Amino acid sequence: MNGAHDMGGMHGFGPVRPEPDEPVFHAEWEKRALALTLAMAMPGGWNIDASRFARENRDPAEYLAMSYYQIWFAGLETLLKERDLVTDDEIVVGHGLHPPKPVKRTLSPDDVLKVLHRGRPTERDTNTKAAFKAGDKVRAKNINPVTHTRLPRYVRGHVGVIERVIGCHVFPDSNATGAGENPQWLYTVRFGGRELWGLDGDPTSAVSVDAWEPYLEPAR
Amino acid sequence: MQLRTRALETILLEKGYIDPAALDVLIETYEKKIGPRNGAKVVAKAWTDSQYRQWLFTDGTAAIESLGFSGRSGNHLVALENTPAVHNMVVCTLCSCYPWAVLGLPPVWYKSAPYRSRTIADPRGVLRDFGVKLPKDTEIHVWDSTSELRYLVVPMRPVATEGWSEEQLAELVTRDSMIGTGLAKSPMDVK
Amino acid sequence: MNGAADMGGMHGFGPVMPEPNEPVFHADWEKQAFALNMAIGIPNIWTLDAFRFARESQPPPQYLNMSYYGLWVATLENMMLEYGLATRQELAAGHALAPVKKAAKPVTAEEAATMVRCGSPYNRSAPAPALFKVGDKVHARNMHPKTHTRLPRYARGHAGTIMRIVGCHVFPDSNATHVGEDPHWLYTVRFDGREIWGEDSDPAVKVHIEAWEPYLELI
Repeated sequence: MNGAHDMGGMHGFGPVRPEPDEPVFHAEWEKRALALTLAMAMPGGWNIDASRFARENRDPAEYLAMSYYQIWFAGLETLLKERDLVTDDEIVVGHGLHPPKPVKRTLSPDDVLKVLHRGRPTERDTNTKAAFKAGDKVRAKNINPVTHTRLPRYVRGHVGVIERVIGCHVFPDSNATGAGENPQWLYTVRFGGRELWGLDGDPTSAVSVDAWEPYLEPAR
Repeated sequence: MQLRTRALETILLEKGYIDPAALDVLIETYEKKIGPRNGAKVVAKAWTDSQYRQWLFTDGTAAIESLGFSGRSGNHLVALENTPAVHNMVVCTLCSCYPWAVLGLPPVWYKSAPYRSRTIADPRGVLRDFGVKLPKDTEIHVWDSTSELRYLVVPMRPVATEGWSEEQLAELVTRDSMIGTGLAKSPMDVK
Repeated sequence: MNGAADMGGMHGFGPVMPEPNEPVFHADWEKQAFALNMAIGIPNIWTLDAFRFARESQPPPQYLNMSYYGLWVATLENMMLEYGLATRQELAAGHALAPVKKAAKPVTAEEAATMVRCGSPYNRSAPAPALFKVGDKVHARNMHPKTHTRLPRYARGHAGTIMRIVGCHVFPDSNATHVGEDPHWLYTVRFDGREIWGEDSDPAVKVHIEAWEPYLELI
């Protein structure tokens, strides 16, 4: 979706301000927000693409007014409510009021280390052939889905070159909406600074994005 | 936020969806155990072992996993080589994707609007915010982490470090140098 | 600039929510904000384009979280500081603290009434003949100035048709940064909806913008 999260190329946010000796977490609640989100993925039955969409799918004014972990927390509330795991009245009082929904499994402490170690590979087998190869000129399509996509606005319509054929990977645009993994060929595509930004662009810079085949078409 | 988070945690515990011990392991792991020291080890090894270096750039995931670093945001790792001709920078304009397995959790600035909005359009300007100035003709290559691929920048090895051990070299590798907003420290900086 | 104001094509703002029997102003301070801006800056000190640029330069989180007139007030405060009309201490105190350096000539009630009646026309005499004619196919340039422009991001790089030659008008991109009015030919350009939003969008939609000549190139 063309949400506030898709901020590549925006002006007005000011300089980058690194915090010296920044702690990993700035408050106890941030740790809890992170841990709860990760721990609930298994019983909640959602995938990472759905959780990203839950975070970005909100009013831009709201998104931009929140800190990073506030966005995570808001996304978690959205996911829990969407799946009837928690209700609004329970959130208000801070206690369970209705019987829990049966879940397939919960994350045990032993699971954590296993899951963290294994991660979540997204590569899948396929018997289709990649449409593009390294060196091909491609154009990023001008798509404007209202649902989740990983093709940023600043790239759409622009011509780049395939740098690498990565493999066949879970396609977030489908996976986020529960339509299934629908794996597609994934490529790294390089765009020149001037191609993206016109004469305002730095001619000595280039931007690479990872783009799935449905985002691309051949360019002359 | 403290109250809101505690309220939600209470509900989830009462409903039996979560095991509190699992939460503690998650927090302990990312607060204390996984961090940029992992990535520094990878870089230091690449600086001293040319076979490992080649492996790292051909199959980042496998090479990094061989050192025991893997898992969440580490399944599909690509190492990027900084040279005098090309400087690499990594960003996630759409959210905050970051190679957790080798760098731990990202700092606030990486996830914030100024970095996410400007790096792809004005990388030299962003480097100025970090006090880094590169030669005019060094190409800057920015990588927007739009898929599950995660990028690790391998900074150039500082001069005057011949004969240094991997442990000593790892001390020169800063987190920012592995994102591309900094360079590795020089031996002078550590004295 | 690619600021929060350039929101054409964004998602997530929710439905349009018209307020039944909406009053012109929702509070007295809004009336004041409106009138102050009309009476102070634009007639004598800064230009409308400079004011728009100052308003859209508000950092996006603030821009999006302020009400319409709240943004006017914040912008007016910033401009008063920028043009030396008041100091921060005076804004905080809510009254003048130091004598005025240069006596100003305030807009009179009569002048205000004239302003309302006549407006402020933007057409100027042409420095050169128009480059394009009706029916020409043009490309909106892929430009990303950090300063004021009226070419929205959603149009950049797209192909359209010249529908009308509006005339020669003050050029906002220059006027906002005080380099002068720099008038240029202004055109109405029509874009096919699908050209802007992609194959999956409504084929019956056309989007029109007014674009100054420096924004366009002939296809």
